[in-house]
Amino acid sequence: MKVLVPIKRVIDYNVKVRVKADNSNVDLANVKMAINPFCEIAVEEAVRLKEAGTVTEVIAVSIGNKSCQEQLRTALALGADRAIQIDTEENLDSINVAKLLQKVVEEEQPQLVILGKQAIDSDNNQTGQMLAALTGMPQGTFASAVKIDGDKVNVTREVDSGLQTIALTLPAIVTTDLRLNEPRYASLPNIMKAKRKPLDVKSAADFGIDLTARTNLIKVTPPAERKAGIVVESIDELVEKLKNEAKVIS
Amino acid sequence: MSILVYAEHDNSELKADTLKTVAAAQAIGGDIHMLVAGSNCQAVAEAASKVNGVSKVLVADNAAYEHQLAENVSLLVTELAADYDHVIATALTTGKNFMPRVAALLDVTQISDIIAVESSDTFVRPIYAGNAIATVQSLDSKKVITVRSTGFDAVATDGSAEIVALDKATDAGNSSHVNDELSVSERPDLGAASIVISGGRGMQNGENFKLLEGIADKLGAAIGASRAAVDAGFVPNDMQVGQTGKIVAPDLYIAVGISGAIQHLAGMKDSKVIVAINKDPEAPIFQVADYGLVADLFDALPELEGKL
Repeated sequence: MKVLVPIKRVIDYNVKVRVKADNSNVDLANVKMAINPFCEIAVEEAVRLKEAGTVTEVIAVSIGNKSCQEQLRTALALGADRAIQIDTEENLDSINVAKLLQKVVEEEQPQLVILGKQAIDSDNNQTGQMLAALTGMPQGTFASAVKIDGDKVNVTREVDSGLQTIALTLPAIVTTDLRLNEPRYASLPNIMKAKRKPLDVKSAADFGIDLTARTNLIKVTPPAERKAGIVVESIDELVEKLKNEAKVIS
Repeated sequence: MSILVYAEHDNSELKADTLKTVAAAQAIGGDIHMLVAGSNCQAVAEAASKVNGVSKVLVADNAAYEHQLAENVSLLVTELAADYDHVIATALTTGKNFMPRVAALLDVTQISDIIAVESSDTFVRPIYAGNAIATVQSLDSKKVITVRSTGFDAVATDGSAEIVALDKATDAGNSSHVNDELSVSERPDLGAASIVISGGRGMQNGENFKLLEGIADKLGAAIGASRAAVDAGFVPNDMQVGQTGKIVAPDLYIAVGISGAIQHLAGMKDSKVIVAINKDPEAPIFQVADYGLVADLFDALPELEGKL
């Protein structure tokens, strides 16, 4: 079976973002970029399914300008077989990303699509669910375990009160939570090999989808700063401050 | 203008976060209806009818909605959405799961995790793990929104809305529930507690989380954890506070043995008062803590418990 893994190029998770002085957006100039951590987990899961013999081909896809080819090469180095870049300079709303991915699903006919549960930049947590709706597939979101069983996939999901397991009829969509797996590191020979793996570039405009923006980003501001606190010397002082100064305990 | 609010519940109890989601709906303004989709959920419908500001409660009581599977619930909500300008749910795992599906079926994008309402089409939401706050205008005809409950105060429960039973069963037939493994706790719900005490990697093992329990009992607090503590297997994942776990904003947040990574701060930095207990004076948590104590937690916790 074929697995499709959509991935996103985002700011590296360790970087502290800065809001631009004109409040138009965050400043991404000369900032370290990386594959979104949840997407990395998605690639790892697809590669493990291939190593287990369940999956025959893993296709990575990313939507963005030429620079996202770097993240696609990373996915190839981690074990994906081939990659597709859907070229656009626009910063697309989730619904438009899902519509482009729907076209890729129609072309490639994967049995399983694995996405990250959210991108750490927009923090939307939408694309997988939207793609599931558009393709009519069932969805297993926030997955911490994925088990393929014949024409079904059992997905254990991280929910507010613990864990929930559901069974989905294939083809299906899965979105990854952090505890699904621990992604491997790409070895140097695999990075070299990845350079020779196929990477197709397609123009977003060629898909014939109306990609008009659905949102208007009015402004971006830094969050309210917390006032610097104090360091107390003892538990006695801490309890006294919490009771009498902050008045949060009695 | 009319607004449909999805009631967050477990078939027996209406979740308190729903009251905050209704507050967001009131900020948008308009006639507010609430949808209770579940199975044997009459008690939830009655609780929903008492929520201030809600004029009508729609109840879809059917086996198809027992586990609120996204495939089934999204079809129901999409059908009902024809009569509303806004469809709103709480940004908990149920809402996060089915609402983007609704948005896609309606051909609109979703505005996720709003923390404030500027107008009926403009909302405020955190991005980049809460390190930037975006004001976003939705250009879609229908607004599909999830609400971060820490951004709003709960409305009262002194209302008396009409309850209307819906005869619906939208079963997509391509997903089914297998089982639940729920964590059972006597303590207050992490998301709703007014005091939270959390442990991190510094707790060293799961056994040591007992040190937090005595303090939590005395304060009536919920116990949380950092991702490091969850990944190390000290505690289950539903205790995780952070960008990818639960977002909390209690009156008092006590962080014990937590360094204060960006992803953890994203889940708790709107707490009213933050206390940090950490033996490393350079830990980033001290930059957001109102009260910091540089001490070994194994000395500090028993002493704190004794003095409360």
